[in-house]
Amino acid sequence: MANCGCNDYSRTQLLRRAAAEAGQGLPAIEPGMPLPAGTGLTRRSFVSRATGLALSVYGAASLGPKAFEHGIASAAAQAPANDPIFVSIFLSGGADALTLLAPTTAHPQYAQWRPTLALPAGQGTPLAEDPTLRFHPSLDGIAELYGEGKVTVMPAIGYDDANQSHFTSRHYWEVGEVNPWGRWGWLGRYLDHHGVADNPLQGLTLGWDLQPSLAAHDVPVATVGQPDNYDFWTPGVWGDVQDKMLDAFGDLGDPPTSDAGLAQARGAVAATGKLRDQLAPYQGGFTTPAGVTYPNGDLAGQLRALAAMIAGGLPLKVVGIESGGYDTHSNQLESLPGDLLQIGNTLRAFQRDLEARGIQDRVLVHVWSEFGRRPEENGSGTDHGAAGTGFLIGSKAKGEMVGEFPGLAVLDEDDNLRNTSDFRGVYCALLEQWLGVDAAPIIPNASNFTRPVLVG
Amino acid sequence: MDPRTKAAARRQKRRCAPPRKRRRRLRKQACLRRVKPRRSRKPELQPIPPPPAPPNDFRLTSPIAVYSGPFGVRQAERLLWRAGFGPSPGHAQALAAMGLHRAVASLTRPDGAATLTGSDPTDGDGNPLAPADAYGHDHLWWLDRMVRTNQPLVERMTLVWHDWFSTSNDGVGQQSLMLEQNELFRRSAFGSFDQLAHDVTQGPAMIVWLNLNENSRWNPNENYARELMELFTLGADRGAYTEQDVRNLARALTGFDFDWSDELGMYDFRYVPQRHDTGTKTIFGQTGAFTWEQGVGMCVRHPMHPSFFVNKLWSYFIATPPSDSDRQALESLYTSGGYQVRPVLEAILLHPDFHAGARMVKPPVVFMAGLLRMLQRGIDGEQWIWYCRGAGQQLFYPPDVSGWDDSRWLDTGTVRGRFDVVSEALSDRYLDGDAVDNYDETETADAAVAAARAWAGDPNLTAETVGVLTAFAANALAGAGGWQLSTYRGLRQNALRLLILASPDYQTS
Repeated sequence: MANCGCNDYSRTQLLRRAAAEAGQGLPAIEPGMPLPAGTGLTRRSFVSRATGLALSVYGAASLGPKAFEHGIASAAAQAPANDPIFVSIFLSGGADALTLLAPTTAHPQYAQWRPTLALPAGQGTPLAEDPTLRFHPSLDGIAELYGEGKVTVMPAIGYDDANQSHFTSRHYWEVGEVNPWGRWGWLGRYLDHHGVADNPLQGLTLGWDLQPSLAAHDVPVATVGQPDNYDFWTPGVWGDVQDKMLDAFGDLGDPPTSDAGLAQARGAVAATGKLRDQLAPYQGGFTTPAGVTYPNGDLAGQLRALAAMIAGGLPLKVVGIESGGYDTHSNQLESLPGDLLQIGNTLRAFQRDLEARGIQDRVLVHVWSEFGRRPEENGSGTDHGAAGTGFLIGSKAKGEMVGEFPGLAVLDEDDNLRNTSDFRGVYCALLEQWLGVDAAPIIPNASNFTRPVLVG
Repeated sequence: MDPRTKAAARRQKRRCAPPRKRRRRLRKQACLRRVKPRRSRKPELQPIPPPPAPPNDFRLTSPIAVYSGPFGVRQAERLLWRAGFGPSPGHAQALAAMGLHRAVASLTRPDGAATLTGSDPTDGDGNPLAPADAYGHDHLWWLDRMVRTNQPLVERMTLVWHDWFSTSNDGVGQQSLMLEQNELFRRSAFGSFDQLAHDVTQGPAMIVWLNLNENSRWNPNENYARELMELFTLGADRGAYTEQDVRNLARALTGFDFDWSDELGMYDFRYVPQRHDTGTKTIFGQTGAFTWEQGVGMCVRHPMHPSFFVNKLWSYFIATPPSDSDRQALESLYTSGGYQVRPVLEAILLHPDFHAGARMVKPPVVFMAGLLRMLQRGIDGEQWIWYCRGAGQQLFYPPDVSGWDDSRWLDTGTVRGRFDVVSEALSDRYLDGDAVDNYDETETADAAVAAARAWAGDPNLTAETVGVLTAFAANALAGAGGWQLSTYRGLRQNALRLLILASPDYQTS
């Protein structure tokens, strides 16, 4: 697994997991390392009858599950069908900007820095707004949407004096400020100001652990693992034996019996086994419009489910998803193109899904990573860098490049790509132009940042 | 470096390190699935002593039929599940040795206060529970009593009353009041139902839950009066009372009040004579200036209350309703004994239908407490709130005033929830590492099933279930060779333990 190659990354994951398991305590962290946003939030789980989802709810310790049921139901009843929804997709590990948008020979240093990793000349779809860059061929899905004017490209987004720790840099992006002591996510703060006290679905993480950018102080937010995955946790049992064991579990419900109590229990177990079988061949119980085909993978399953949930009228406002595997210190050519192909095709499928359902104008997707990677390759991979690539995808995306490509002739003091746009300015613009609220109470020093035009 | 971090780092490394070549596919698969790092084994509870045996020649009396078949370990096991939370290791044997009468009496006639054996429960960080304050800690606190008590039927009857006089903190909103009511239920386990009905009425939790504080002589609120008759004492649609009775009983029940402050929340629950309607009421055809005590007493003395009581109490312990003659005999026992619970309960626990009748689905919390009793694993974290909730029952949060629906415990969601409970309960004690890799590679399918049954406390399994388990045990090794011969057998043993404890047989008693 690519994620395990970097010690820093593994430690980050450990911290995340520990932080996510509220009440389990946090492992010792190194001096100066920020606490994950949302650390210490209470976590509770319940199966929502309103949504049919098994939700873990963070925060709002004083509210019982019934309050959430009621909140979800009433929010769903009240939400106008054109409320904007913001989806944050975090490419964790640091996605390599010079692969996502590969420079052409107009940037002669590219071949020099990347003797083995450079995308050969002539490959990839040129970026209309800057033909010295090309979408990597694996990102044809995004290039296609770009051609339709549905993608805003940020070729070098970041912040000055970039921190090259996975953990610290993503923390800045999550809390919406360059501040290691920030405790609450920027989207969480948005919900604190504009959310409600009893609808945890307003801030939904699709994944096992709360996305810290959604960590709210005052209002509840939720996570759901895989809404379309009815799986069974079997500690100490894996592989073929696990598959056979779960089949056997369903079989335990089959034998007929004249004992009414036992018959009831067996019937329920048989139904459980059957449901598991029925869901197994699908990526879940969600239907997708005819003609829309998602690739395999977790992200595809999550977005496929998300489209169905939005279409189903669930009261979502902001959604966080993490898609890992971008920490390509080694064997970059073996792993990265496949990951990009999957994410590009997945994002295109999601857009097509929304369009087929007629809800494309309600959703804006932000794709980001904690940093880009160093221009100079390290042999078979690349190390941590600074400015990275971001995308905004959606029918309402303005489709105008934010910041220009800074070139490779001049790098920053750490020999990394210089940023030409600031993530905090993008956040302000997203809050104001997409979510329609004042950024000032949400992004510290909001007035300092230039707002690009992102929506329209 | 914090030792927890080191251990976690080792786990992480083991999970993600390049696997040995021949295991690559399987390990990777395992890593991609939702692998939770194995937790270090929690300290086990000390063995819980079985209830002390009554004297050798002790016999109970019953006005109805008494089970006369063999009373062995299987019968004692059912008794412990239905009148408690299942056997701790050795308890079924101990009760079987007592014989039926002494075994029942050992549960219904505990001596003195209960003893909780073993370490106190914690929140997962090693902190004591805060049952009155922290969300869900009330559940953990009571679940711990169920797991560690030597008077299981006292806790089980407390659960019966919690369901009977169903009160939810969702409406009460103050856990200390719920705990106060819980103590009332506990000390009323076997006593006078008449007294219990009075005590629960004036208890703070009920006053809040069914709006007795809003029931005044100026604005009668019928909520409690109606539920007292419909759900607690008489039953709906039996012709036991009229709407006129509801309104008049509500007037009799006027007068309760409490205060509220920012610091204390709700406090100073009391009866305020000035709020009481002193006028004349007509209830069940009788006319008078009835007080709240008289109103409650009239419900308990209503001629249709004993049948309601007997049927309802019976339904907690036996799957099929009593015959008319048995019910009538128990009604007489109940009324002639001054509404005492214990004699009726003992007669039910002695009845042939209890011991030879159909199985009953264990309530989720009973299943879970029993699993932990069997494993001698204490309450070691807040996860037990969510697991129990996922299985369909969070203590102090019944779904509504009619309590949990005992006929609908199991569906595809709660079955999976129970499966998760088993997985969590075994998560610190499955075979792992060398114990799997060096597992006996000659173990037969039959021997594997036998070993897993013994490990799981030898629960009562039907032949059909043993058949499915044995077929799985044989099939699990199909195509295995080389290193798989031992490792797969280790995994198979883990799987069999999970299957036994998640099986339909184990969900019933």
